[in-house]
Amino acid sequence: MTARACKVLIIGGGPGGYVAAIRAGQLGLDTVLVEQGAVGGTCLNVGCIPSKALIHTAEVFSDASALALDNPFGITSAAPQIDLARAVAWKDGIVSRLTGGVATLLRKARVNVLQGRAQIMDGKTVEVTATDGTVETLRCENLVIATGARAQTIPTLPFGGDILSSTEVLALETVPKRLCVVGGGYIGLEIGTAMAKLGAQVTIVEAAPQLLPLHDGDLIKPVAKRLAALNVQVLTEARAQNYADGQLEVMVGETRELIAADKVLVTVGRVPNIDGFGLESLGLDRNGRYLAIDGHCRTSMRGVYAVGDVTGEPMLAHRAMAQGDLVARVIAGEPVVWDKRAMPAVCFTDPEIVVVGQLPTQAGDAGVAIFPFAGNGRAMTRDRDDGFVRIVFTRESGLVLGIQAVGAGVSEMAGQFALALEMGATLTDIAATIQAHPTQSEAVQEAALKGLGMALHI
Amino acid sequence: MTISSIKVPDVGEGVAEVEIVVWHVKPGDLVREDDLLADVMTDKATVEIPSLFAGTVVDLGGAVGETLAVGGVLCRIEHAGTGVEPEVRNAVHAGERVETASEPNRERTTAEPTPDIAKAEPPTVHKTPAGMPSAPRPEGQTPLASPAVRDRARRAGIDLRTVPGSGPAGRITDTDLDAVFAARSTPRSSASTRQRKEGTERIPVIGLRRKIADRMALANARIPHITVIEEVDVSALEDLRATMNDERGERPKLTLLPFLAAALRRAFIDHPEMNAHFLDDEGIIERHNAIHLGIATMTPNGLVVPVLRNAETYGLFGAAGEIARLADAARQGKAKREELSGSTFTITSLGPLGALATTPIINHPEVAILGVNRMAVRPMWDGTQFVPRRMMNISASFDHRVIDGWNATTFIQRLRALLQTPALIFMEDEA
Repeated sequence: MTARACKVLIIGGGPGGYVAAIRAGQLGLDTVLVEQGAVGGTCLNVGCIPSKALIHTAEVFSDASALALDNPFGITSAAPQIDLARAVAWKDGIVSRLTGGVATLLRKARVNVLQGRAQIMDGKTVEVTATDGTVETLRCENLVIATGARAQTIPTLPFGGDILSSTEVLALETVPKRLCVVGGGYIGLEIGTAMAKLGAQVTIVEAAPQLLPLHDGDLIKPVAKRLAALNVQVLTEARAQNYADGQLEVMVGETRELIAADKVLVTVGRVPNIDGFGLESLGLDRNGRYLAIDGHCRTSMRGVYAVGDVTGEPMLAHRAMAQGDLVARVIAGEPVVWDKRAMPAVCFTDPEIVVVGQLPTQAGDAGVAIFPFAGNGRAMTRDRDDGFVRIVFTRESGLVLGIQAVGAGVSEMAGQFALALEMGATLTDIAATIQAHPTQSEAVQEAALKGLGMALHI
Repeated sequence: MTISSIKVPDVGEGVAEVEIVVWHVKPGDLVREDDLLADVMTDKATVEIPSLFAGTVVDLGGAVGETLAVGGVLCRIEHAGTGVEPEVRNAVHAGERVETASEPNRERTTAEPTPDIAKAEPPTVHKTPAGMPSAPRPEGQTPLASPAVRDRARRAGIDLRTVPGSGPAGRITDTDLDAVFAARSTPRSSASTRQRKEGTERIPVIGLRRKIADRMALANARIPHITVIEEVDVSALEDLRATMNDERGERPKLTLLPFLAAALRRAFIDHPEMNAHFLDDEGIIERHNAIHLGIATMTPNGLVVPVLRNAETYGLFGAAGEIARLADAARQGKAKREELSGSTFTITSLGPLGALATTPIINHPEVAILGVNRMAVRPMWDGTQFVPRRMMNISASFDHRVIDGWNATTFIQRLRALLQTPALIFMEDEA
């Protein structure tokens, strides 16, 4: 058995872990990254990226299907067909390109990547069992836990067979005829919408009174409208029970319903991966079910850090990346601290939803200004004028507390929303910034003008 | 449009004039009703004066530091003219109406059909008089700054919570940070200390600082001080205090002050000449039966003396609670006028910073003041060996015109005996 020493040892090669590793390597720290699968984690392999590939495929197919019907563009076309296996292969190509890219970046940063499974012996010692069975013991000065999260299971609906998690549904090679999605959060809605566009009969079962329980009703309305147009059946305050013989038993209030489904997708949240690799033996402080961390991503044990989904909500790849960068710099002795004002969150539903900062419901008696895309020229020329941009601001100084938008393509606006919040922008700052015409971004400027009582186009 | 005057309101009994401490507006500013116009200062309290109208500030009645009579014009505001209080309308002179009428252009530009008050600049950030440090934002509020500014501050070890922001919504700009760097680097960098320096900073002495200056000058000019310094073994007193604090339950924590108040009450029985006022202009000494104990308190704006009225009526815990409340009110500038005046004897304590000895200045027209110095464990000779004892000096000044040295020293010896054997304080008839 060999024992080697390193400055930084990172367990988990997802967005949190690989960014921490690259930055640590760039800063000249002797860094080892342990990953049992492919680098890139959930995000690159079975999460963000594959789901966006599927969503794009579904959109292209849906657009093409629309052209087979009467359309305002005067285009005549035959109904399209799809070979989902080929689309999945295309998606796999993107994933391998990205994971390969990450591997290259890690190599360039002189990070030592160990393919294998880590077992924590104590806060400074980790045993890695490589894929070929060889065991290596590593001594590290700093340990970073970046083991991510996995899909939450429902005891009566264990994954396997026709009961799928998001991972399996993204690898399907044929479109299921009838898909039932249990859990109306953003993952369920994104995949459910895509499958509906690809031709599946989709039913969404949500236990809460509304879809996307963390968003407010105004943001959800355009999405709910579109789901209805796609013939997606939405059951709220409904609890999935059992699945047998192609039928899912659902309790809607007191009534028992049977929903025919060829596949059941369960997306009821994600649980942190903090068991099964010796982490329990460290006895780290918890924050609910997650690891408790401070503003430097330090856990309760000196020299042990945690980043990403193991540290709790919001479980977002960009949060993990920012934490990974922070952790590397903390270990390198830089005077950095977590002081972010803005954490953008995007739902790639149809239309898309972007949330940055405080919602009106969270901001007390703050001012709220809304500009609808119905008043935006570019939105009309894309034949999608549903949705709006909304700014939440303090009444005294016009300080922007939050910006949200719902509409086709608004995910690309997340950047300017986050920038405004992070820079501490006021309504005047946004209103005085010229936006290119004709773009959907003009709605942001108009919302700010409206907040100042000086709207031009409404 | 009408121009109305905002008058200096009657802020309390007997106050005839006030001093302007801060202007929150300048001519041309748009103000809303109840927006703060100015802070004015009476003898010791600061009063905020709000606007009665929504409109435009025309002119100000004086500069910061100037004194205005109660009822005088604080500033004038041009407004839409409805809802004018009769009293105020009377104050509008005919000449002012003419002035407005003769400037129709200005009226058109400054007065839209419905003036958009939302566009009005928020009242300027409350600034304390020069030289008085103050927190730039309410406690707990995160400072607003761009990531680049935050990073620059962190690298330089600057806590942004202490940096005032000049940008919109109080945002801290790079320039604000430059100012902090400039202030820090001046004394630090050895290169710059050797450079010849030019210029003088002129700080107007206004508001509370001017009051303090006037009162200190008066006391020092009129009163020939004699200061007596004595050391007191407070070991027993401290043991008693610790025991009582351990058992206090929900009651306020006892500091040394309630014990001093109790000891003074006891000492005044034999020394009524100490709880007195010397009205030097009239040639009268007033001996007071009630003990109104002034307690010199440091506030962010300077020294104020809240008064524990009728200290003779309080028990230890009662006094502790009231003293804490008064000090808190004084620090927040919320103490009432009657809570800041009328003392018959004053205690000044600098707490742990209290020095070995001090020469306190008497709070005119009182005749004595008790200063409390730092407590420390010192080796004391008990006749056979050195023993560690908790020692504390008291430094008391007396008005030598009316208190002789002998009286002063016997009073101090009495006080010392009471503090060294605290049981004596509470032995009502035996001591």
